[in-house]
Amino acid sequence: MTVHVHYFARLREELGRPGEEAELPADDLTVGGLWQHLHHEAPPARLMAAVNQEQATLETPVHDGDEVAYFPPVTGG
Amino acid sequence: MTVELHSGDFDPWEVVRQAEQSIPANARGAASVFVGRMRDFNEDVDVTGLFLEHYPGMTERELERIVAEAEARWPLLGCHVAHRVGDVRPGDALVLVATWSAHRVAARDACSDILERLKHEAPFWKRETLTDGTQRWVEKNTPGF
Repeated sequence: MTVHVHYFARLREELGRPGEEAELPADDLTVGGLWQHLHHEAPPARLMAAVNQEQATLETPVHDGDEVAYFPPVTGG
Repeated sequence: MTVELHSGDFDPWEVVRQAEQSIPANARGAASVFVGRMRDFNEDVDVTGLFLEHYPGMTERELERIVAEAEARWPLLGCHVAHRVGDVRPGDALVLVATWSAHRVAARDACSDILERLKHEAPFWKRETLTDGTQRWVEKNTPGF
């Protein structure tokens, strides 16, 4: 399956890219599993995520064509 | 309900004045307004500039969800939320939350709830530029209470 991945703020700068198109052999990944697949390590502490622009957790399932975003804690207002 | 993002400086009091025109004049017994502006210091360090990153699409949806949930909880006559994005200078308005209701408690509590939830849930991130030119991402908001 194909997943559209976005990174924001400090995470975007540290990874050196705003996102990537991920081609995955599995079709039953979670948000946390996708991070593990892409970065070969466990998700960092306090990582926040969204799937299709809605708040998600590391356990939220990811499907073909989804937009998955990873970002640090928000600091607006 | 109106939610808007501003990529340039905006006058929050003019926004409030305009928004109030659409609230029924004889019913709006109470208005509650919060305006947040950029300081030129944070954690005892001088700050000369601020960049506000957001997630186009999701940021607007999250703000609309937060306001819709407040409208379901309190009897509001109107609500206007404006937030700055992009490069910001000290003194510029960052956020405006304005609520109207027949009575003070609904207007005041809804305004406070929307602001606190915005700060913890809406996808915005601040990056500060310090006087020596270095930049740092703000790691967390100041406590609200």
